[in-house]
Amino acid sequence: MEVLLFLAAAVRISVPYALAAMGSALSERGGVICIGLEGIMLAGALGYTVGAYWSGNPWAGVGAALLVGAAMAWLHAEATVRFRADQITSGLGLNLLAAGLTRLVLVQVFHSSSNSARVVGLPQWHLPLVDGLPGVGALLGSPLVLATFALVFLVQRLLFRTVFGLRLRATGERPEAPATLGLSVTRIRFSGVLLCGLLAGLAGAYLASEQHSFTDGMTGGRGYIALAAMIVGKWSPVGAAAACLMFGAAEALQIRLQGSAFPAELLQTLPYVVTMLVLAGFIGRAVAPRAVGVPYDPEER
Amino acid sequence: MLVALSPLVAVAAALLAGAVFIAAIGERPLEVYGLLASQAFGTGYGLGQTLFRATPLVFTGLAVALGFRAGLFNIGVEGQMYLGGFAAALAGAYLRVPAPLALPAALLAAALAGGAWGAVPGVLKARFGSHEVINTIMLNFIAFALVSWAGRSLFETATVRTRTIAAAAELPRLDFLSSALRGSPVNASLLIGLLLAAAVGALLFRSRLGYELRAVGWNAPAAEYGGVRTGVAQALAMTLSGAVAGLGGTNFVLGYKHWFELDFPGGAGFIGIAVALLGRNHPVGVIVAALFFGALSYGGLVVNQRVPRELVEVLTALVLLFAITARPVLERVARRLV
Repeated sequence: MEVLLFLAAAVRISVPYALAAMGSALSERGGVICIGLEGIMLAGALGYTVGAYWSGNPWAGVGAALLVGAAMAWLHAEATVRFRADQITSGLGLNLLAAGLTRLVLVQVFHSSSNSARVVGLPQWHLPLVDGLPGVGALLGSPLVLATFALVFLVQRLLFRTVFGLRLRATGERPEAPATLGLSVTRIRFSGVLLCGLLAGLAGAYLASEQHSFTDGMTGGRGYIALAAMIVGKWSPVGAAAACLMFGAAEALQIRLQGSAFPAELLQTLPYVVTMLVLAGFIGRAVAPRAVGVPYDPEER
Repeated sequence: MLVALSPLVAVAAALLAGAVFIAAIGERPLEVYGLLASQAFGTGYGLGQTLFRATPLVFTGLAVALGFRAGLFNIGVEGQMYLGGFAAALAGAYLRVPAPLALPAALLAAALAGGAWGAVPGVLKARFGSHEVINTIMLNFIAFALVSWAGRSLFETATVRTRTIAAAAELPRLDFLSSALRGSPVNASLLIGLLLAAAVGALLFRSRLGYELRAVGWNAPAAEYGGVRTGVAQALAMTLSGAVAGLGGTNFVLGYKHWFELDFPGGAGFIGIAVALLGRNHPVGVIVAALFFGALSYGGLVVNQRVPRELVEVLTALVLLFAITARPVLERVARRLV
């Protein structure tokens, strides 16, 4: 029983991480770093809240979150792909913008600088067989959790088994290659970044739906953990999701340890320390796509 | 030529976009901006507040610029400043040294803590080639966690802050320069920042090490071929950058509150990136840009009755986004014109 509850908690925590991490895997495989994951998630969470608040329908909230996520990602793509601006600075700008804009909208719509009104969450489905299991029943009854399970395999397939995935990966490794074939590097990179925005927006929707509200800065660094998980998972959707599960388990453990002698703060640093070890090559070798972070200028050879 | 104007174009574009927001709320943009400027510079107290808010940005802007010049992106300035402030508070409160040494010791502690935190990504980059951007982001979070762990026993539980520092470790307020500044929190940390700007300028443009750092930033393989040990130069640049950032924590801890508290003025590290970009990574530019954001921060607070102060955050982000796109856009325009 205890084990089931713990596992369910770990999976539940890792869902938003996994969605955002898979998104950044797509973006980076196309050659665009997305430090702005945190901001996109935050904006997505507000999108869900406002959408659900105005319509009273959680699915409208999800739609709004997807729209907002895509809009933020589009800004990033315009700046970095079209105008070849620095990808890291643009991502940080996105995070700053989201922090300010969400607060501005919060004040304008809900007349509070800290939190929104209570909104509807996504429905809870009752599935046969698992419904009675402690923790697991509630977990598998959540539509976005189920969607995340499906997306892990779909995104992996998209990246490694489709023509689009092949082109995306080629663009991230050596953009000259698809360009020579007459493909538009701009268009391919845009699609990678926009897919990232949709997934990160969905991650935000999940957070807001679980909490039934939006609070200022509610993503609390989750975007950065997702980025870390993507690196630990070596730029693959399945790997990233697995890393998210590990980080989720550590967080669930940390919640359990609160109040005990073991300092919970130290366990909190695990995702960050593991990522640094992976990057230094102490735990396997992590190789980023070759052209990631490098703007592609067709007029320059 | 045209490209040199990019910071001005960025600011103008951001203010224009901000004007649209202000108009959308139903206020007059020009009036709001005019009020903001007159509040931030018009009175001695307002100027003092502007300078106080600009102070940490001078440090973080310099730190980011120092890294940029060596081809490194230090996003860890936030964490380095946080640790620097924590170390300064610990040294100021617990170190038993003769009074004349208390302030130097606290300053040294801040520089050492920030420098050590900057050295980690620097060495990892030099030794293993791992990307400093990711490592500095990770180290920010590790710094926050470490401080809340280490501080747990030190913090007075009700207020989540450290003990008050010894009076000898305090940085004096600047109202001795002009009585008009009286009441405003601007303090000698600003003077340290200005001195540091001169020092960073001398290092970058007048010393052999600075030449090597810039060579690495300009073209690392060429610098290596020219006999520069690029790894050593990068590790050193990151360490110095961290030390400068660490000293930035002194404004709040030694010059204002006289203690360290959890989440003390956050965000200065990230705004430092905008400051460095807008100041074109030059110490003088950094000071001007820090002043701009300082004025925006205080003026924004004051015009809060007319427009929500969150608008300032949006403006800051817009300046950052326009600063990086203005250059390529202007380059494209210049290419068309020729």
